[in-house]
Amino acid sequence: MTAVLTNLFDGVAYGMLLFVLACGLAVTLGLMNFVNLAHGAFAMAGGYVCAVLVNKSGWPFFAALPLAFVASAMIGAALERTLYRHLYTRSHLDQVLFSIGLVFMSVAAVDYIMGSSRIFIKLPQVLEGQFDVFGVGIGRYRLMIVLICGLLTVLLQLVLAKTRFGSRLRAAVDDPRAASGLGINVPQVFAFTFAFGCGLAGLGGALSAEILGLDPYFPLKFMIYFLIVVTVGGSSSITGPFLASLLLGIGDVAGKYYVPKMGPFVIYTIMIVILIWRPNGLFGRTAAR
Amino acid sequence: MTTNVQSDVAYHARQHGRWHWSEFAYWIAVLAVGLAFPSRYLIMTEIVRLALFALSLDLILGYAGIVSLGHAAFFGVGAYCAGLLSAHGLIDEPLLALIVSGVAAMVLGFVTSFLVIRGADLTRLMVTLGIALLLEALAERFSNITGGTDGLQGIDIKPLLGLFEFDMFGRTGFFYALAVLFVLFLLARRIVHSPFGLSLRAIKNNPLRAAAIGIPVNRRLIAIYTVAAFYAGIAGALFTQTTALASLDVFAFDKSADLMLVLVIGGAGYLYGGLIGALVFRMLQEVFQTITPQYWMFWIGLVLVVIVLVGRQRIHAAALFVPNLILKQLAGRKAVVALSDNEAP
Amino acid sequence: MSIALETRNLEKHFGGLRVTRDLSLKIATGARHALIGPNGAGKTTVINQLTGVLNPTSGRILLEGTDITDLPVHKRVLRGLSRTFQINQLYPDLTPLETIGLAVSERLGRGGDWWRRMGTRDDVNAEIADTLGRFRLLDVMNDRTSTLPYGKQRLLEIAVAIAAKPRVLLLDEPAAGVPEGERKDILAAVSALPRDVTVLLIEHDMDLVFSFADRISVLVSGALLVEGPPDEVARDPQVKAVYLGEAA
Repeated sequence: MTAVLTNLFDGVAYGMLLFVLACGLAVTLGLMNFVNLAHGAFAMAGGYVCAVLVNKSGWPFFAALPLAFVASAMIGAALERTLYRHLYTRSHLDQVLFSIGLVFMSVAAVDYIMGSSRIFIKLPQVLEGQFDVFGVGIGRYRLMIVLICGLLTVLLQLVLAKTRFGSRLRAAVDDPRAASGLGINVPQVFAFTFAFGCGLAGLGGALSAEILGLDPYFPLKFMIYFLIVVTVGGSSSITGPFLASLLLGIGDVAGKYYVPKMGPFVIYTIMIVILIWRPNGLFGRTAAR
Repeated sequence: MTTNVQSDVAYHARQHGRWHWSEFAYWIAVLAVGLAFPSRYLIMTEIVRLALFALSLDLILGYAGIVSLGHAAFFGVGAYCAGLLSAHGLIDEPLLALIVSGVAAMVLGFVTSFLVIRGADLTRLMVTLGIALLLEALAERFSNITGGTDGLQGIDIKPLLGLFEFDMFGRTGFFYALAVLFVLFLLARRIVHSPFGLSLRAIKNNPLRAAAIGIPVNRRLIAIYTVAAFYAGIAGALFTQTTALASLDVFAFDKSADLMLVLVIGGAGYLYGGLIGALVFRMLQEVFQTITPQYWMFWIGLVLVVIVLVGRQRIHAAALFVPNLILKQLAGRKAVVALSDNEAP
Repeated sequence: MSIALETRNLEKHFGGLRVTRDLSLKIATGARHALIGPNGAGKTTVINQLTGVLNPTSGRILLEGTDITDLPVHKRVLRGLSRTFQINQLYPDLTPLETIGLAVSERLGRGGDWWRRMGTRDDVNAEIADTLGRFRLLDVMNDRTSTLPYGKQRLLEIAVAIAAKPRVLLLDEPAAGVPEGERKDILAAVSALPRDVTVLLIEHDMDLVFSFADRISVLVSGALLVEGPPDEVARDPQVKAVYLGEAA
């Protein structure tokens, strides 16, 4: 019984991490309808920035985390302004080709600069080990992830629902032309959102070095996971991707624990079945017919 | 009068399907190159295989507009099927094994096509990608059968038709692959210039209108997806038969992604796109690998990004500018037959 | 009098919105029937249900007495129900020759031929030539559709629908966006249809409706308000109220 709960906790931590990693993609893909397969590259960038700061420059881990966010957000903003924005109106095929190209470039570039082996980030003592709560093993690091990601989720929800920026974003997404007619600077809103999503991915990348493993192939390995979160979760709100992340996290941890031999088979099968059953995602808007 | 108009219509309707002299020139050139560089059979075989694989993707992407991120699934099934047939000595005749492997991929294509026709671009991307990943996971799980990451052991390809041994220089392999490509190219050419092929282009252009003139959209998409899977399976089987290898790589995402690049370089939606793209891609790969052996992925990525940013159409217009110019000078093309004379008021 | 097309208690809901309300229409064989109504009355939604683009929430649709409610779009076309779109739905990369060729091939059941090149069947070619000629499209038959002037594209839009040799033809604002001078081409083509072809016209232009239709149904907020011969409908106080109300 306690093993079940420990697994559940690990799954939740994993799922929340996936959510932070992927929610930027939920916005670009779901809301802006841009197929950005390179989202994982921004996460990887954040992870490596954090690793260099902590391991080489001796920064404290908690100080390096925000920097991972900032670095990825800045890279995201720069790319959005120079490249991405030209592709919003292009076909999905073009977007796919373009972002795969970016993934390949990032993989090779990181491999060239940092080497191809997996890297670890030195963690502060506080985060190591686990403690028992009524016999359930709670990893300190995972607890921190749950706390940070939970806070971020609440914050995001509040920003989207309550702030002026949130309503601008929703307006810009619903009907860009009407929104710009109302004086909303749509390209700016998109750029900011894109950069923020990249920043979150970067933060997620830094946090995931310990759990998912960080190497140059990270964007390729986890691309499918991010896509699952968004397509299965649907794109009408961030609640859908959040629930999908949790499902995916719990399912993956449980799958690896209980049927280790089946590997990722279970996850892919579930994804395909769900997409067949509900092409717009579990929590998405139902199609017009 | 009316028969005049009718024969005009017939003439122009057939126009696309007519063999152009440049096509003959192309195939003669291919054969000549094959004969001229006997020391390069291995790499040329690689190009031929890739061309066939790209031709397969062109059928669904270029003609029917289905974006697939997991075309390697069919390549992989064909490759493993051919490998297993040989390793266990089930079918010794390579040609027969090739067809059986193609059919195996075709069956998978038919079954999965029902998943692919549902949903829009994004769902299709996910489902195609998911199927390829799933097969990769399966092949890894059952590594006792597939050989896992080490690859399938004991593949021994018997002489073709019992006559031609697969030699270490790859001579038999090359001409075998080329012959298969040519035959399948002829078939594909027939298909795309048929009413069926035209209806695919109609579906790609406007599925709403396609249905509104009576085209059974889903059935056509299923049909072409199944055919394309057959082609990809054959390409995979050729890979195994000419290299005596089959490993998990055949399902890899990179393979599907590279394939898209091949088609994008050559241009989608006309049969020679994949054929030309395969040649250019392989040459690019060669050049990049000599510059930076380990990091050629970077340059491939850069090529993709640049192609998309500049615009696929624009690049092809530029690439075709000189040939078109020559063509115009030589043949005085674009002399569209004037119809105003026989148009009765 | 036989009925070509009939709806029985048709209902369509989008979420909480009732876009079609208990609509029962009977369109007689060979009729020139017009469906009119103010903007947002749900006319195009009705057409989309008749042709199968949308599934009704409830109610049935009958074509010549057979229930077609559950048939997919293309099967209805093969049964003789064809339509034009309010906004051109053409194939930008195909030529008029190919576009018409497809429609004819499909109708003759030869659209799935994959072993045969285009243009190798005389019966298909003859029909293509005939249709292109009737719509004055012969001179542009090898041009890409996207390069044609709007008037020609509109003609092609109608020509494709007619190439399917429908027994019931649904015209969704055929003259929309067509300059005055070119309208008569379209009207001539529609008028030249055999008398036994049933036409259901959706149109805003009242001159066109009253010169063309022998029966008119008025749709308001998704429900049938009035139906009758043109002069009766024109006199109807309810109809006047709706249109004057809209004009005001």
